[in-house]
This record gives sequence, structure tokens and C-alpha cells, in this order.
Amino acid sequence: MYDIVVIGAGPGGLSAAARCAELDVSHVLLESSPKIANTIQKYQKGKHVMAEPGILPLRSPVDFAAGKREEILDAWETGIAHHNVNVQYGAEAKSITGEVGNFSIGLVNGDVVQAKHIILGIGMQGNPRQLGVPGDQSDFIQYQLDDPDEYHDENIAVIGAGDAAIENAIALAKHNNVYIVNRKDEFARAKEGNLNLILAAIDAEEIGAFYSSSPTEIEILEGEKFRGNLVLSTNSGTEKLPVHRVIGRLGAIPPRGLVESFGIEFPSKDMSAIPALTSQYESNVTGIYVIGALGGYPLIKQAMNQGYEVVEYILGHDVKPADHGLIEDKFKALPYDNMEVDDVLIMMQERIPIFSSVNALLFRELILDSTVHVYNEGDVVFERDDYTNSFYTVLEGGIKTVITEDLIISSAVGAFTGEGSLLSGRRRSATVLAGDQCILIETPRRTMLKLIASIESVKRVLDETFIVRQIQTKFAPNTDIKELEPIASTAVINSYTPGQVIMKEGDEGDTFHLIRSGSVTVSNEVDGKEIIRTYLPAGADIGEMALLGDTARSATIKATVKTETVSIDKDAFEMLLARSPGLREELQEKTKKRYQENVKLHGDDGSEGLLSFLMNQGLGEATSALMIDESLCVGCDLCEQACAATHEGTSRLNRKAGPTHANIHVPTSCRHCESPHCMKDCPPNAIQRMGGGGEVVIGDNCIGCGNCKQNCPYGVIEMAYQTKATTSFWQWMLFGIGLAPGKGEVLTHGAENEIKKAVKCDLCIEQNHGPACVRACPTGAAMRLNPVDFAKLA
Amino acid sequence: MSTSFVSHQGGRYFWISLAFMVLSIIIYAWHEPVQPPNGGTWYGYTLGTIGAVMILWLLYLGKRKRNFANGWGTTKGWVSAHVYLGSSLIVIATLHTGFQFGWNIHTVAYLLMCLVIFSGFFGVYAYMVFPDARNKVKKSRTRDDIFEEIQVVDQQLKKLAGNLSEDIGAIVNSAIDRTEFGGGFLDQLLGRDKSKVMIDGIIVNNNNQDVVIENLVQKLTLATGQETKVLANLVKEYGGRQKLLGVIRTDIRLSAIQEIWLSFHVPISFGLIAALAAHIVSVFIYW
Repeated sequence: MYDIVVIGAGPGGLSAAARCAELDVSHVLLESSPKIANTIQKYQKGKHVMAEPGILPLRSPVDFAAGKREEILDAWETGIAHHNVNVQYGAEAKSITGEVGNFSIGLVNGDVVQAKHIILGIGMQGNPRQLGVPGDQSDFIQYQLDDPDEYHDENIAVIGAGDAAIENAIALAKHNNVYIVNRKDEFARAKEGNLNLILAAIDAEEIGAFYSSSPTEIEILEGEKFRGNLVLSTNSGTEKLPVHRVIGRLGAIPPRGLVESFGIEFPSKDMSAIPALTSQYESNVTGIYVIGALGGYPLIKQAMNQGYEVVEYILGHDVKPADHGLIEDKFKALPYDNMEVDDVLIMMQERIPIFSSVNALLFRELILDSTVHVYNEGDVVFERDDYTNSFYTVLEGGIKTVITEDLIISSAVGAFTGEGSLLSGRRRSATVLAGDQCILIETPRRTMLKLIASIESVKRVLDETFIVRQIQTKFAPNTDIKELEPIASTAVINSYTPGQVIMKEGDEGDTFHLIRSGSVTVSNEVDGKEIIRTYLPAGADIGEMALLGDTARSATIKATVKTETVSIDKDAFEMLLARSPGLREELQEKTKKRYQENVKLHGDDGSEGLLSFLMNQGLGEATSALMIDESLCVGCDLCEQACAATHEGTSRLNRKAGPTHANIHVPTSCRHCESPHCMKDCPPNAIQRMGGGGEVVIGDNCIGCGNCKQNCPYGVIEMAYQTKATTSFWQWMLFGIGLAPGKGEVLTHGAENEIKKAVKCDLCIEQNHGPACVRACPTGAAMRLNPVDFAKLA
Repeated sequence: MSTSFVSHQGGRYFWISLAFMVLSIIIYAWHEPVQPPNGGTWYGYTLGTIGAVMILWLLYLGKRKRNFANGWGTTKGWVSAHVYLGSSLIVIATLHTGFQFGWNIHTVAYLLMCLVIFSGFFGVYAYMVFPDARNKVKKSRTRDDIFEEIQVVDQQLKKLAGNLSEDIGAIVNSAIDRTEFGGGFLDQLLGRDKSKVMIDGIIVNNNNQDVVIENLVQKLTLATGQETKVLANLVKEYGGRQKLLGVIRTDIRLSAIQEIWLSFHVPISFGLIAALAAHIVSVFIYW
């Protein structure tokens, strides 16, 4: 019987076990794989591992600092050896029974380990799915790839169709004969960037592809050129592929099922949900503690600190969490001098209903990410049309929301604001001013989205408030929000995929929609051809014509990007009309205008074709797209030179590239998408929306991973060494010395750690005068447009 | 939506220049100098000084358009002002001369200025007309797009020719290899086609690919059986190639015309500066 059994030798588990060893507590560290830190072992060779968050101190018997994967793993190996940590490798836990003081842990190999307390640190990666066919235990079958350059001139089959399989196949294809085996007939699960890479490689016959094929057996060949035959069942029968190596990349079995079988509960069905834990990391099963990524702390340093703390908590020691000092600093400006940090946190949760159901640990994390502001009366919290998207909650005093000059709504302690931009990603729809003695908690969008995903009640409250506030600002500004609640409660939130039809021309309809996020196109069918009439962004309302008596839809409405709408049916709408005098007339007026516009646009063939073209170029999701009027462009390239000259010598636009319709050319340059694809998967979170125009900007902390380049469907991101521009005009002009304006040269400090970083258009956010490309155009050909302006192009 | 430098800000600089010119003319008519009107009266000196400063400022556009980080106005605005204020120099400088011309450095400076301005007028015309014309000729494709299309056709032609007799293959290949574009500036301007083709060991001119096509058509009329089909196809494809080459040649020619004025406008400007300096210095020396 051990006092503490630690399951999982990741950063958190290592740290916990080392702390046990340091304190001479009887313990064992169970690790299913043959080495420590399985996830980090899987990183590619030489990968730079970061030690975020930088401000958080490390508290662990084992060393850790930012550095190469190998250095970090070495330090950990040394650490556990130094402290004589009792580790069992190849010990995979499959069951836990019993209760605190007397747990039995059943292992896959049949052994049983007894424990008084259990620390669970098994991460979120899960175990790789095995091939599950005869022969899959042979030594040339592997489920990970450390270094693709290790293998040369081999026949290698990669099995799987996800990103890992594609990335491995492409890396291996440089020096080997690679086949990719896909159970389906397409690569549906892969990221767009990877999809393009693999299809190109298959087209160029650099990689062989087996579609609709699955392995049925691996025949082992002894003493032959190849080590085995991979037997595949394909649409055209059985095939035998002679191989030196088989790499299975079939994804992982998520650990949630296993964790639930231990009796641990998750608060929501969402796959990213994390178990409910006390502030001492204890789960609902007394005696089982959860740390690390599985507990919602994916960063290495946090997990290691938790490993240390959890052992202290089990032993009954009173330690303050490592982040205590940080939170204390955050609260310094607050008028709560005589209160303990933990008490302030409790008070916050009591006062702010939306956070009341959040578990203490998660709330602490939320506050660590948040900023607490003390405002003077009348201070601007944010202004209408700002591109910020954080979420504010009222801790003291109150706020005033200025919807129109006549309509100012006051909210008191416990209220929240900013949910509109948080959910839609759009600009602020109102100005918010601080009231008397106002203290607000500002929480970043990322943190809130994580919270929404894991706590159902937070999501519900935000959705309901969003709907009722939208209805109020749009249709019934003078009606009390309480009166609108019954109408809002019948509203439904709908999600649409890009290209999906929201309503079809000619169909009967009795609902209307408010676009909550994303955008749509409005089109009519003319002679069997789809003619796009206009483009509507989030915040617009559609289909109200049908509720004013005309039941047949007058146009087809399609989502241009991933779009969410709030729909309200006829009955609820009638209630709304009854409550808001003048609304019917107002809507009729709007409807009339829309009819008139439809008529006006009807004869206008040029604009119709152009709008369709622009939408087909994906410009529906743009917020600022560079376009060139070819009837004015003299090809002087000053736009590119200006871009290079203002961006260290590298132009972020390619004037000649890209398609043209009539006289409108769309060069390759960042469009600053509504919800940027590039931001989806940026490990250091270096890509941000900022500035008054919502510019999408890549920060200096780019680590050069290239994910954004792969994820951008428009090819506007380049990986480049840092360059510098020499700009002495007179030297160049008079003596031909140095580089011409707009030319750059690569900065070489000679350092080997110089990496290519992602560069793209930043809308000249640092210039303060707007985009240099447009400003440098001598003829007026270059312009930057938002989709709302597209109709004016014709 | 897109407004050109001509109509920038509702033609702001057009109206400013117009007002400036009208005012100068009114003052010219109103003032009664002791001597006959010339550059030496108070008004003559005033106009001369304004003109000289304007010339320097107009020349500064070459630097300003490369000040990419400059926030003072847009390049388009500067070009618009350059065009209209530059045009007004004709009136300003003519009034400055008091209509006294002769065989001297002063008139040389005046004439050089006029050349610069008139070449500029052509420039405005060229920039308003040729980009659109070129885009229409290219049917909204870039020149690179068309080159790519030609390469695809070339591959197709070589493949087709591969199925035919060796001499036809040799003609098609040599016509493709000896297709030429551009050349010197004059060649571009006149749209000269220096393409050649080797037929029966003799290299002949192949202007507009006519010779090859004629030769292939000749062979087609004599062909029999399967050969007829392939040759007909070859001729058809070659017709497509001829059209694409024509588009590129037209684009090259139009682009040469579009830019030719700059070869006068800029060098003569520098000549003007020299003549202007001589004019000013001599006026002061021989006063």
C-alpha cells in the first residue's frame, strides 16, 4: 500500500512524484509508455519548448526552463534519478476501485497497485489507436515518428488520414518511398493546408495513395529485402504492399471514457470539458486528485506547480498556490486591503451570478487571465465600433450602456457587458461608460470561450442575454428588457456552414433571423443562374418581409462563412409588434427600400457578375481587401515597393498574382478575415486582432511554426527571414549606392537560431496613416474595401 | 468607386489651377508697367519666382512618390496636384515672358518647359486610356497567365506533331523555339514580330506565325486518312497560339506607348533645370 500513487509521468506527475520522494512519502509513479513525458517525447527533434506563462514562478523539485526538447527531457530524467523517484514504466492503469485510504488500481498487465491517495495526471492526448490486425505488434510497426530524417530509401506505409498521418507522410517522402493508406475516399479530417500538401504530393506521384483501403494483416518476412507485407483490403480486392516500416496514425482514444470509469464526473458533454475540481485539485471522488492538462492546465509550468501543491494538500500542509502572489498584485489597486485574496475571489463569485457556477479552480484561472479595472465615473470602458472583444463583469458600482443618445441603460453589480462582440467577433455595438465607484473585471475572449465550452450554464446565460439585448437594441429600444424575455425565450440559435442556404427564394417562411456571427449573401435566380444581390454582415436582420404579410421569400440567403443566426417565429414577432408602437411602419419602410434596391440592382449586370466573383474569391469573410482597378493600374509596382519599404524590405502583397474579373483584380494580400483562419492554431497566440480597424497582426513572439501559412486559404502569409531596408534615397538616386526604396536585404546576424517567421499585411498599423500600398498608388487604382462597399464597385 | 488622379477630390486641383490662371491673367491685364510687359517688371519677377519654385516642386514628385512612410497626403493627391498645377505653368510662364521670344537661352528654357508639359499631357492621356485598353485586350488576364496558356498549347502542339511525319514535327518545333517577343524599345513600340521558322533547312521570317500556318494548311490539303484529322487539329491549335501571341504582342506595344512619354518627360525636366539655372544666372549678370 502506497500513500500516494501518481498515474502518468508527464510534467505534473513527475513533479508530484519527485515531491513525494523529497518528503519521503511512500509513492509510485505509474507510466504506461517506456519513457517519461510521452507527449513531449513525441515532439519533433530539437523543438523549442516554451515556459509560459513567463510571470508564473516554478515550484517543483525538478528543473524546468524554456529550451530544446532534449534538454528538458534530460533535466527531468536527472531530476527523478536524483530524488530516487520510484517509477514503473509500461504500467498502464485501466481501473480504479475502492475509496480514499484504500484504492486498488488495476493495470493492463494484470497487476494491482494499492493506494491511499491517487494523483491523476494522464493528460489529454490519450493512447494511440492500434491497427488491430494480426502482426501489428511487430517491431517495424510504430505509432509515432520522432525524426523523419532517420529513415532513408525505405518503403513506408503511413496508415491514417488525419493531420498527423499527412505530416508524417510528407516529411518521410523526401528520402523514402511512401504510401498513405486512407480508409475513406478523401482526406476529410485534415486541415486545409495539409489537405493541399497531400493532394499535391499524390498528384506529383511523390506519395502513393490507397483510398477506401484498410489493413487486414501484416505478414512478416524473414531474411528478405522487405520486412513485411502490408495486406490491404481495397475496393478492387486485396493488395499486398511490401514494406520496411508501417506507421499507424489513427488518432488517439480520448482519456475521458477511462476517467469517467474511475467515477470522476464531467460537468458537460462538450469534448473539451474538464472534470469539476476543488481548489485543491480534488475530484468528486474523495482521494482522487486531477492535475495537468486533464484538469484544464495544459501548460507545463502550471502542471509542475500543481504536482508540487497537490502533494502538499494531501499531506495536509497549508501552502498557497504558486500564483498567489500574482493574484495579490492584481488586487492591489482594489479597496479590499483587509481581505485575503481567497476571500476576494469568493466575494467575486458571490456578487457576479454568471461566475457563481464556475468551480473555484477555474475561476482562479479566469482571474489570472483577467484584468481588474477601477474606473472614475464617466470613464469610457469601450466605445461603439471598437474592435475589442473582451468581456466585462461589474464588481462594484455600475455601468451605463449608451445605445443611442436617448437610450442609456444602467446596470449594477453582477451585470455583464461586451457579450455581443465576444460572441459575434464584431465591433462593439454600443458605448459603455463607468458609473460611480465602478470596478470591472475584464476577461479576454479566449478565456471566456474556454469557459463557455466547459460550463453549460454560462453559455445559456450569455446566449439568452445576447438575444434579448439584440431584440431590444434593434426593435424595441424603449421596452423594458424584462418584458422582452418571453419573446427571447422562444428564439432559437441556428448554425450554418459556409455555403449553406438559410432561406430559399420562393419558399414559404414565417421566421426571421438576426445574424449573430458570420455573414450572408442575398441572391436571386435569374435564367437558372445565381445572381448575388448584396452582402450582409453580422448584426443585419433577414426575412422580416415574410412576417409582414408577404409569406414567400423574395431571395435566397446563404451563409458565406460559418454563420450563426437567432431566429424568431411569427407569434413571437407579433408580440414584439404589439409592444413596440411604430415598429410595423418602420419595418415596412425598410422592406419598401429593399424592394426598391432589388429593382435597381436588377438591370445592373456588371455588378451582379462582380459580386458573385468576389464572393467566390472568399471575399465575403474579408474586412479589408486590397483590390486593384485594372483600368487605372499602370503597373508601376509602387504599391509593392511601398509595402516593402514600410515592412523591413519584404512586400506582403503580390500585385500580379490573383484573379481578375472585368477590371477588378484581387491581388494576393491579407484580407483581414472576419474570423481569421490563421488565428485558429497559433501555439504562442502571436496572431491578434487589434487597432481600430480590427487589423489581424502577427506579433514578434511568432515561433515560425508555419501553421498560419498552412491554414490561410488565400496564401497571403509568407515565411521569411527578417530583412532590413536601406532607404537613403539620395545616395541611391545620385550615386547608385545601396538598395532602391522598396528593396530589402536579409538580415544575417550569423546566428543559427535565426528562424523564418510568418509575415503578412498588417494594414500598416504602425504607420498611423492607413495602408501604404493604397497611399502610394499614383493613379488611384489600388483600394482597400470591406464587403459592404463591394456593391459600389460596379 | 475608384476615382483616378484626374478626378481626385472632385477635381480639387483643377479648380485651384483654373482660379490661379484666371487670377494671373486678370492681374496681367490690369497692371501697367513703365516698360512693356516682360520678366523684369515687378509682376514679371513675381511670376518668374512662382514659376521657378513650382518647377522645383513639380520635380520633387520623383522623390515624394518614394517617401512611402510619409503621411502628408497620398501619392494620388500629389500626382493630381502635379498634373493640374503643372499645366497652369503654361499660362504663368507665358505671362512671365511678356510674349518676348528670341534666339536665346531664355526662350530655350521656355520651350523645354513646354515640351515637359506637353509630354505630361500625353502621359495623362496614356494613363487614362491604355491600362483599360490593355486589360480588355488581355481579357482580364495577366501577361503571365497568357504565357502559361501558351506553354500549355505548345506542349499540346508538340504532342500532336509527334504523331506526324518528321518534317512537320521539325517545322512546329522550330516555329515554337524561334518565336520572339519584345526586342528593343522601337521594336516594342512598333509591335515588330521577329519570329522565325526553319523550313527545309532555311530560316525564314514568320511574322504573326503566318508562314507556319500557311505551310501546315498546305500540308493539310494534301494529307490523307488519319493524318488529316491530326493535322486539322494541329492547325486549329496553332490558330489559338497565334491569337495568344497576338494578345501579348499588342499588350507589349500598348505598354510601350503607355510609358514612352516618361522617356521624354523626365530627361527634359533635367534639361529644363539646367536651362532655367542658366536663364536666372544670365538675367542677373546682364541686368
